Amino acid sequence: MTHFMPPQFTAALPEIFVLLMIVVIMMADLFFGEKRRLIAYGLTQLTLVVAFALTFQQLSLGTLTTFNGLYIVDPLAIIGKLFILALSVFVFVYSRDYIPTHHMPRGEFHLLGLFSILGMMVLVSSASFLSLYLGLELLSLPLYAMVALKRDAAISSEAAMKYFVMGALASGMLLYGISMLYGAADSLSFVTVAQVIHQTSDAHRLILIFGLIFVIAGTLFKLGAAPFHMWVPDVYEGAPTAITLFITTAPKIAGLIMLLRLLVDAMPGLVLQWQPILIAIAVLSITLGNFIAITQSNIKRMFAYSSIAHMGYLLLGVIAATPLGYSASLFYIFSYAIMAAGAFGLLTLLSHAGCEVENISDLQGLNTRNPWLALMMLIILFSMAGIPPTLGFFAKLGVLEALVKVHFVALAVYAIVLALVGAYYYLRVVKVMYFDEPHDATPIASTMDRNVAISINGLAIVALGIFPNALIMLCRSVF
Amino acid sequence: MLIQHALFYIFAALAIGSGLCMIFARNPVHSALFLVAAFVSAAVLWILLEAEFLGLALIFVYVGAVMTLFLFVVMMLDTKSIPRREGFVRYLPIALLVVALLVLTMLIVVAPQHFYMTSISPPIHGEDYSNTKALGDVLYTDYAYAFELAAVLLLVAIVAAISLGFRGRKRNTKAQRPQDQISVRREDRIRLVKMTAENRLKNL
Repeated sequence: MTHFMPPQFTAALPEIFVLLMIVVIMMADLFFGEKRRLIAYGLTQLTLVVAFALTFQQLSLGTLTTFNGLYIVDPLAIIGKLFILALSVFVFVYSRDYIPTHHMPRGEFHLLGLFSILGMMVLVSSASFLSLYLGLELLSLPLYAMVALKRDAAISSEAAMKYFVMGALASGMLLYGISMLYGAADSLSFVTVAQVIHQTSDAHRLILIFGLIFVIAGTLFKLGAAPFHMWVPDVYEGAPTAITLFITTAPKIAGLIMLLRLLVDAMPGLVLQWQPILIAIAVLSITLGNFIAITQSNIKRMFAYSSIAHMGYLLLGVIAATPLGYSASLFYIFSYAIMAAGAFGLLTLLSHAGCEVENISDLQGLNTRNPWLALMMLIILFSMAGIPPTLGFFAKLGVLEALVKVHFVALAVYAIVLALVGAYYYLRVVKVMYFDEPHDATPIASTMDRNVAISINGLAIVALGIFPNALIMLCRSVF
Repeated sequence: MLIQHALFYIFAALAIGSGLCMIFARNPVHSALFLVAAFVSAAVLWILLEAEFLGLALIFVYVGAVMTLFLFVVMMLDTKSIPRREGFVRYLPIALLVVALLVLTMLIVVAPQHFYMTSISPPIHGEDYSNTKALGDVLYTDYAYAFELAAVLLLVAIVAAISLGFRGRKRNTKAQRPQDQISVRREDRIRLVKMTAENRLKNL
């Protein structure tokens, strides 16, 4: 009691602002939601933009820990939050019309989305296992509800149930691991746990390794890497496309930063233990994701397996265990989030007014129906396959470079070979879009703001692919 | 000390036993009641650890409020129609394997000497020590951030539950509208129609 230091509230200004706006939006939607249909959407976008500005001005703060060591502001947290907020703006633009036309409540969608974003901000700013866990739950709980938001669809309810049960199991494993680390270190703070690990000799690390394994399992469950991937395809397919779009962009960024906080901030001393575990998981994810994606006819399932493969590539940078590797992983997740936002954003745009793009064959002849959208999809698919000069090429190059620098050459070669396998199913979609005859040749119209958003998204992939230096330098400045 | 030891072993055994019974009970109402027993045993264990406030809060909140509500819900649901233990035998071998591996690792790893101590001495408190006061001191100061986040989590639960459960007032339902009932006028209900008298005999 006597040592109590009042927290620096200004450090947490973006989170406080988002929480206040959530309450405002809740009330505004309740009282004016019927008459002014876009009030929740407009206020949500305003919240994201202002929170982005508030986070941006924190760049001058440097590194700062407050709230009794529960909250940290550092470059990793700030850059993570900036990307989470910016991508969420795009996500809400894409899903603006999808939500009401698919009979989902508009107000609740935006509210739950903002709650989840608040959870991601708390998660990336955590400096202790306590705030990390609370942030993770605040991120996940709204997602479970969002998947089930389309109440008349049985497949969505089933997906939500699976997601919830798997997520609860993962949380349980994570908590069990944290309890072991807490028992050994007598502290929940990352800094203290790292010190205790440093001071403990190899022979006495048994309990720490036991905790580490459970923590890694829980985290990779949330990221959706094999063999903890079972929920990914079912949830991606079962959730309404706009919700899948939400799940696959910002939460993945938060998930990687959570992994980096756990492994790099809290347990750098156990690198020799977590490296082999991650190698096994990365190899399994890349293999399983790429090969099973080939057999999929449902495009959402195909992207789900492709995301499992991408999580494997992402881990390659962490496996390198060098600042270069960590920054390459960060670059990879930012690229993946931009590509996934574009891919699912396009599916969301295409499947408005009752017609849902479910199968790859639904994209047949997209080039004759709307050449511009087809071109954007082409860019995104090329980038996911890692074809230069797109962003996805530099993302893969970065993690492989980091791997080769620490002499994991065999692993890097394996990853490249499997990337070639992966190119097949992306190019198959391109072939369907450009060379197959459409069943229904009616042109697809889209509104102005969404056209602008998808164009920025698609062209950013090319622009950042040609001039990747700024983003690479940004990611390297973090570590 | 001996009484405390005896109490610990009795209630630890009770907690594990009622936990197992909760999983294996066929009747969901029995399961819920066994869960109540597990909570009470856990509360006793907490009180033995001198966490009196938490122990009592567990009984008040979980046993008194949450589980009572849960029992009501279980009793209202039609649990008879749910098929039980589907594929239980099929998945049993792999489940046993996983459980055996987990228990084995836990037996090896989770032991006092791995926590850098062979015996843990209980903390010694002064006469005026109050568990409740000690909790309150840190809850609203050191852990204020975590406390607020937990509050936000509860708000999420409310929003999520309402958005999943509340389907809006349906059209054409026979709901009462008090404002219409009060402002009703005689003219709305009764219509006086002038008719000429009919001559029935003409039809015969």
